[in-house]
Amino acid sequence: MHKLLVDQPGEKKFLLGNEAIARGAIEAGLAFASTYPGTPSSEISLNFFQISRESDLYFEYSTNEKVALEVAAAAANAGVRSMCIMKHVGVNVAADVLMTLAYVGVRGGLVILTADDPYMFSSQNEQDNRYYGKLSGLPILEPSSAEEAKEMMGYAFDLSEQLAEPVLFRTTTRLNHSTAPVVLGEMKKRVTFGDFTKDPFNYVTVPAVSRKLHVKLLKNLEKAEELACESAYNFIEGSGSWGIICNGVSYNYVADAVRDLNIADKVKILRVGFSHPMPKKRIQSFIKDCEKVLVVEEGEPFMEETVKAFAQEAQYTNPVMGKDPELFSRLFEFDPAMVRANIAKYFGAPYDAKDLPDLSDIPELPQRPPTLCAGCSHRAVFYAVNQATEGTGSIRTTDIGCYTLGFLPPLSAGDFLICMGSSVSTGCGFSKTTDKKVISFIGDSTFFHSGIPGLVNAVFNNHDVNLIILDNQITAMTGHQPHPGVDMKGMNYEGFRQVSIESVVRGIGVEHISVIKPYNVKKSIAAIKEAIDHKGVSVIIAKQGCTLFERSLKKHVGKPFYVSDKCKNHRNCLNDLGCPAFYVADDKVRINPALCSGCSVCAQICPEHAILPLK
Amino acid sequence: MDITRLIIVAVGGQGNLLSSKVLGEAACRLDVPVRMSEIHGMAQRGGVVESAMVFGEAQSTIISDGEADLFLAFEPLEALRALNRCNSKTIVITNTSSLPPFTAAIGKGTYPDIETIKELIQSKVGQLITLDANALAREAGNELSVNMVLLGALIETNVLPITAQSIHDAISETTKKGFVETNIRAVELGRSAVSGII
Repeated sequence: MHKLLVDQPGEKKFLLGNEAIARGAIEAGLAFASTYPGTPSSEISLNFFQISRESDLYFEYSTNEKVALEVAAAAANAGVRSMCIMKHVGVNVAADVLMTLAYVGVRGGLVILTADDPYMFSSQNEQDNRYYGKLSGLPILEPSSAEEAKEMMGYAFDLSEQLAEPVLFRTTTRLNHSTAPVVLGEMKKRVTFGDFTKDPFNYVTVPAVSRKLHVKLLKNLEKAEELACESAYNFIEGSGSWGIICNGVSYNYVADAVRDLNIADKVKILRVGFSHPMPKKRIQSFIKDCEKVLVVEEGEPFMEETVKAFAQEAQYTNPVMGKDPELFSRLFEFDPAMVRANIAKYFGAPYDAKDLPDLSDIPELPQRPPTLCAGCSHRAVFYAVNQATEGTGSIRTTDIGCYTLGFLPPLSAGDFLICMGSSVSTGCGFSKTTDKKVISFIGDSTFFHSGIPGLVNAVFNNHDVNLIILDNQITAMTGHQPHPGVDMKGMNYEGFRQVSIESVVRGIGVEHISVIKPYNVKKSIAAIKEAIDHKGVSVIIAKQGCTLFERSLKKHVGKPFYVSDKCKNHRNCLNDLGCPAFYVADDKVRINPALCSGCSVCAQICPEHAILPLK
Repeated sequence: MDITRLIIVAVGGQGNLLSSKVLGEAACRLDVPVRMSEIHGMAQRGGVVESAMVFGEAQSTIISDGEADLFLAFEPLEALRALNRCNSKTIVITNTSSLPPFTAAIGKGTYPDIETIKELIQSKVGQLITLDANALAREAGNELSVNMVLLGALIETNVLPITAQSIHDAISETTKKGFVETNIRAVELGRSAVSGII
């Protein structure tokens, strides 16, 4: 049985934040879930996927976040408790749905989880999605710990049903990827089926209907504010005159700092867990008795601006600070020592900063950047592109996935990247405004996510771009999730069909299409040259399963290669491929047999044919 | 109990997430308060993987620079790189078996001499304990059990209120059936490699 389905209330489990969230949803009777995978949210969905294989929970990997939210919005409007999970930038994709779904509302509870990523551990930006609450007018809940996240999930579903609108559940990487003991609770029975009652004058958002719905949304916002004021998730600790308002993981750092600084008798903390709409009366009564107030929140001054506005409205003049060059930054993550130092500084508490070791005598160390795996087929494609375009100064627009890592030398296969699906469309712009050849790289999952509209655009407007679809037949970067192009039957999953990338590309009307096997270097180079010579849109589909995934399935484990005595130290293998299976010993290139996947690409490019399979 | 902060650094693929999970499960079994945080987005792509574990009644799951009481490194270069997490009292345990990064292979930077690494670490921390965890893992019967060897060395310091028995139990529950025996052997080899030094 899946560990999150265990029916043992009171049992303590060591759970990852994302597992605790998934369990909280299951305990709340979640019946329908959809997602597009994205770090740091991916493990929530992974658990739902596994649970759905052995229970009546419906779960789907949707093609993108917009689709995922639309699917979930309808399920919730059939009265079924639903959840939609995405990373912070995924909400941008789903924003079109979100803004009007806020008007329409839901009948069954709908929780939209946004996993923000301060410091950008695995994201292209660190946008603060609390502003989506403000923008859409929907409530936001923000837990501080794994155990609270589990409890809060049940509250989120109840709140959503009480207000008849979706609730945004906002986490940050540190919560998603922190593990703590969590006590399991009772599981509500899943209601997996409902009904949809037709009511077009409330569900069909033509202007006349939406005018009415916006009025309803604003009324709901007032009601939500009352609930935020009463909510046990906006709690006060202590009774001192130094006020601290904080949220999320920042609360943990504040609580630890107050203990470490031994100032518990002087401090009063307002932990805001229901952060939109901000609980006005609660905040005004909190700051009233404070000598001064410090707002501790990662990201933007979301609470600080509101607290200042509330203070102004009540004509309180006690100082409120947060984001300031001398205090907290809008950049990156916070940490316990930073919060401790700023609390001490702001309130004038005695504090001895710990001495950091003097590291001035440490030599410069070789970096260890993440890299494409040994035997990754993306490396073979990038090598072939470099050979085919040598000396042309071609512009390579890239996209989001493992292959983004190819932008580093020696492959240097990425010059421009904005967001999911941008490779094709930005390629179009460069092709019209420069005299350079343009090559765009996109992964299979990203192609389905948002690459298709860009390709349609390229064909319609007759752009001169070459798109290479790096089809490794899985969503690799986020941990090997399926997508519409995946052969689910081949992985023993019933109930799915498969969408052929090649058929899609043909259907769009691309004139020049070739399918290559990246491990065949010569043929790949020839195909790429041909595609580039084609004036107009050309597409190359590079088909080769993700080597990491295939190895985990014990599929395709080729014989490792070794460097024989014929080697004359040209080092093309090392310098042009940069495969992590290579190392240098006694001034000779060697191959680590434990890492080598036997892709044979280095053997094909060795001018001396010195790289041979191990017997 | 007093708060004890442990940082574990490793290279993706060395299995530090499993060892921190085992340690966390063992703490849970003993009702030792524990919180852990890890960054593993790039774990499978050969980058550095770091876990932070906080034992005791703290609420934070991460550890600021200079505040690790215990520091466990799976690779000597990564021990040196993350030295900013330590202070003059930190107990450092490092594997001496190196995994030179690809950048060093292509001439972008030089992998420091292992003795230099040891001297540099020794001069800045409370105590340095070194062991060749890869050799011991091979002795245990599986080179991949480096993580368990190092876990054994870590608990042998007795800084954490975690018993060897609880580690064995957590291994039996958490790791794959076929590896339990090797893993427990690896823990015991790690323990005996450092017993007496501490």
